[in-house]
Amino acid sequence: MLSISINFIFKLTCIIFFIGLMGIILNRKNILVIIMSIELLLLAVNLNFAAFSIYLDDIVGQIFVLFILTVAAAESAIGLAIITVLYRLKNSIELDPIKKKINNKL
Amino acid sequence: MYLLIIFLSIIGSCLAGLFGRYLGSSGAAVVTTSCLIFSFLLSIFGFYEVALLGSPVYIKLFTWISSETLNVDWGFMFDTLTISMCVIITFISSLVHLYSIEYMSHDPHLPRFMSYLSLFTFFMLILVTADNFVQMFVGWEGVGLASYLLINFWFTRIQANKAAIKAMVMNRIGDFCLLIGMLLIFMNYKAVDYASVAVLTPLFQETTINFINVKVNLLSVVGIFLFLGAVGKSAQLGLHTWLPDAMEGPTPVSALIHAATMVTAGVFLLARSSFIYEFIPNILEIITVFGALTAFFAATTGLVQNDMKRVIAYSTCSQLGYMVFACGLSNYTVGFFHLSNHAFFKALLFLSAGSVIHSVNDEQDMRKMGGLKNLAPFTYSMVVIGSLALIGFPFLTGFYSKDLILEVAYGKYSSLGYLSYILGSLGAFCTAFYSMRLTYLTFLSKPMGHRKVICYAHDSGTYICVALGCLAIPSIFIGYLTKDMMVGVGSSFFGTAVFVNLNNFNIFDAEFINTFYKTLPVNLSLLGFFLALLLYVFYNNLLFKIKTSLLGKKVYNFLNRKWFFDKIYNELFSQFFFKFSFSISYKFIDRGIFEVLGPTGLSSIVLGAGAALHKLQSGYIYHYNLVILIGITSLLGIRQIYNFVGFFVDYRLLMLMVVLYIFLFNYPEHIENNND
Repeated sequence: MLSISINFIFKLTCIIFFIGLMGIILNRKNILVIIMSIELLLLAVNLNFAAFSIYLDDIVGQIFVLFILTVAAAESAIGLAIITVLYRLKNSIELDPIKKKINNKL
Repeated sequence: MYLLIIFLSIIGSCLAGLFGRYLGSSGAAVVTTSCLIFSFLLSIFGFYEVALLGSPVYIKLFTWISSETLNVDWGFMFDTLTISMCVIITFISSLVHLYSIEYMSHDPHLPRFMSYLSLFTFFMLILVTADNFVQMFVGWEGVGLASYLLINFWFTRIQANKAAIKAMVMNRIGDFCLLIGMLLIFMNYKAVDYASVAVLTPLFQETTINFINVKVNLLSVVGIFLFLGAVGKSAQLGLHTWLPDAMEGPTPVSALIHAATMVTAGVFLLARSSFIYEFIPNILEIITVFGALTAFFAATTGLVQNDMKRVIAYSTCSQLGYMVFACGLSNYTVGFFHLSNHAFFKALLFLSAGSVIHSVNDEQDMRKMGGLKNLAPFTYSMVVIGSLALIGFPFLTGFYSKDLILEVAYGKYSSLGYLSYILGSLGAFCTAFYSMRLTYLTFLSKPMGHRKVICYAHDSGTYICVALGCLAIPSIFIGYLTKDMMVGVGSSFFGTAVFVNLNNFNIFDAEFINTFYKTLPVNLSLLGFFLALLLYVFYNNLLFKIKTSLLGKKVYNFLNRKWFFDKIYNELFSQFFFKFSFSISYKFIDRGIFEVLGPTGLSSIVLGAGAALHKLQSGYIYHYNLVILIGITSLLGIRQIYNFVGFFVDYRLLMLMVVLYIFLFNYPEHIENNND
């Protein structure tokens, strides 16, 4: 069984999750870093699922982890594909404003 | 036949008004005048039947309003009071019509004028013949309307417009009070016809009602409001200011409206409502005070007016005061007797004043007339007859009624009776003084006008002279002829038309008062008459010195400016209401608060809030992320906080705070946008 306390693991996963969150929010330029941060978020979630699965002695959590792994792989693959397309269009992967600034007065 | 008395005038009015273009001036004049003369002849016959033979006539035409307990009929009731009024109205009116044919002959709108005159007569007849309060109110408002049209006849003159509006508004204040009185009657009696109200009144003697949260006696409050209606129409102190200004209309209008008919409506109402007033002695006292004060006030004001018509207007106001305090002392018959006599000689005075004004090229200022005695002798004799009748010269018409009023005032043996006697006697003195002053300045003094005007001054033509002559005869004789009939001791002339409580009945006492007090009013009148003659003929310098002394100037100013009533009303009420209605109710409330809370404010707030929310979408992904984060955090946070404060804070308060936030922080922003 688990030798370290569940609280410790929960704190760890929280920290990882918030690092990922901050990575998304504080990062202003790099799309790759955002995708990495999302992976980090999913990783934290996965860890949490796995830990609780063992803690509660329930297999469902691990099944979920497997699902999330596949979803994360698919998501990062699609994300990278989008980045490639974006790069082909703009010759950079900087995060410009998505919306075009239109001089619209109300 | 009785209906024809009333409806002939409206037929004439419609013919002249609607087909005046085809009838032409003379056609319209002939139609309306002949209608009125027929009406007069019929009402003479009606007078014979109703008043002399003592058989009141009641005609119910059809039902006007029938809704549960409210039942209003078009009913015409001819009792003595009504038919006497009918005779007076149609007589004066037909003579005024006749007079106007010549007086207004150079006016291009003669058909319209004739139509209005007939319309006025019609409404006046409706007023007096009605058998219920609602129908009476039709006539009451109708004469107000017709007086507006007639005062405003020369609609291009700004003064006439202003005077007409003033007359209408001042009357409307009284009308509103009358309406309240009528509604109170209906609410409590469940009936508006005179017969039911008269029969039921003793039952309500002790009834108290809740009127604007005050417990008051029903009859008192009804009496007060009916009297306030009469105050407006009869130009008693307080609402009298419209009457002198109404002299802006043509002179026949003044004679018809402001001398003989319209102003008498208030006195008529008091006499007609005697069955209510007899049960409320306290209100009768108020009426007495108002009447006595009006009689005195108007007589003193008349002393120093320089406009010929205004002098007569104030004398009308003063005489109405006499009538009203006679009614207040429960002598309705005496008041009505004075009303009928006054109609004749006041119409005579006004019409001869018109004749004078006509002859001196439309000059109304008495100081610019003078010396017309030999130039217009007929008019002179008419004015003298009218003036002597007015001041109550012995054995002329005014003597019989005016002195009787003062006698019954003294014979009341109450302090209010004495007060009204004293004020009335002083008023009689002033009346004599200004009547003589008017006669002197117009006819006896040296010519003051331009030479050309004086050269062409002459008596007026046939129609005017016939009208004046017809009025002069009753002015001399009618008082003597009808005294025993109307106010004779034990006369049953009025029958049930006027009700006098036996406790208030004092006409016997009035017969047996001290000779000194009986003759005092006549003596004072004669004194005033001769004093004026003396002062103006021989001691003009002394008069001038008195007028220009320090005190004299102040008194003269005070009286000449009508006791400053107009000034006070203007500055205290009109200006205040003008300011209030513009800066507060219009600018602050209507265009201020309602606009901000209503269409403009709401739309600008919605637009401002929309713009602010729109700015949230900057297009940067990390902004969106931040918003998501903040959203999740605050939702979770609010949930946590709510666990603590949820016991005593309603969630609806939160919504209120959000709305308040939108209002407070978005409104100013949008004002700038609006100005762009």
